[in-house]
Amino acid sequence: MARSKNKGSQEVNAGSMADIAFLLLIFFLVTTQIATNKGLTLLLPPKQEEDEPIEIKQQQRNIFKIQVNSADRLLVEDEPLDDIGQIRDMVYDFVLNFGKPSDVQKGKAKVSDREVYESLPPAMKSYITRNLGSSESSDGPSGAIVSVKADRGSSYEIFITILDELNAAYNRIYGERVGLTDEEFRKLNRNDPRQKELYDRARAGIPKAISIAEPSTVGG
Amino acid sequence: MSKFKKKSESSQDIPTAALPDIIFMLLFFFMVTTVLRETELKVEQDIPRAEQLVKLEKKKLVTYLYVGPPKDQALGTEPLIQANDAFISIDGIVQWVNQEKSKLSEVERDQITISMKVDDDTKMGIIVDIQTELREANARKIMYAAPTKQNNN
Repeated sequence: MARSKNKGSQEVNAGSMADIAFLLLIFFLVTTQIATNKGLTLLLPPKQEEDEPIEIKQQQRNIFKIQVNSADRLLVEDEPLDDIGQIRDMVYDFVLNFGKPSDVQKGKAKVSDREVYESLPPAMKSYITRNLGSSESSDGPSGAIVSVKADRGSSYEIFITILDELNAAYNRIYGERVGLTDEEFRKLNRNDPRQKELYDRARAGIPKAISIAEPSTVGG
Repeated sequence: MSKFKKKSESSQDIPTAALPDIIFMLLFFFMVTTVLRETELKVEQDIPRAEQLVKLEKKKLVTYLYVGPPKDQALGTEPLIQANDAFISIDGIVQWVNQEKSKLSEVERDQITISMKVDDDTKMGIIVDIQTELREANARKIMYAAPTKQNNN
């Protein structure tokens, strides 16, 4: 009798511990979702005052127009476009055109177009002098506006694709300006002072001016 | 002979003492990386993917708005707007935003960020209407939530 007692295990049976932990694990797996706080940000224009109609005449060449009809067909700068992927390069060229850079200091950072141009790395400068600088396109980054006008019947999916392309163009400009790729620029952590400085330097003088125009109610 | 006997006497079990530790480690990982689902989704959510995503830093300032066709077929197939646990109409957005703003401290109220989770079947009409209302409510920072695109093209 005593002998059999001695032979029996002295440990606490921990085999069921795994089951309990599994149960908890499954509970958390089912009840939780991984927080996805990622997306495409957009800053809306301030509220319009009803009694004072805002009529700011923008030069046509300073606006990059993208129109979408209800069949999700694109009209970019008044010409039909089938490949959405081209918008990225078109916007890149449009913003960095420097057709008639002004010396007026604008924005929070008080940087003029000419100063922006001077701050660019040599590779970008030579690209601009070689290929851009057309009088048909934007005067300078501070005045360049990208306008998206989507029909009420166009799909949200195509809108996101366009917004994605526009952000890609801007991120590429910002990134190249400080010597990063667009992905590295996107991942800059603004809580870190050193990275924040880089971020501010990249964005100074080149506002991300994406305007979502009021849509037409006609089917189109 | 005695050698053989000894072998048969030894325990045949695989030691499972480390198993709970492994499971607990998994458990802690999931507990830390996840948040409890706050609202029950009443609309379809098949969100289009995008590439150029930015991470929001201040989670406290983010409020969610869900748009999509309702899961309940009885409510039709037209996209509806869900805020917190209920459907709201376009006209109710301003009031809802002000309600959400009052939950924040005074200095942070203008920095409220509306994260829109929109189903890809939605048409732009309702999105633009929401945007107009958000402008009216002075909640100008918005974000179109989107998961990362898988392929790189």
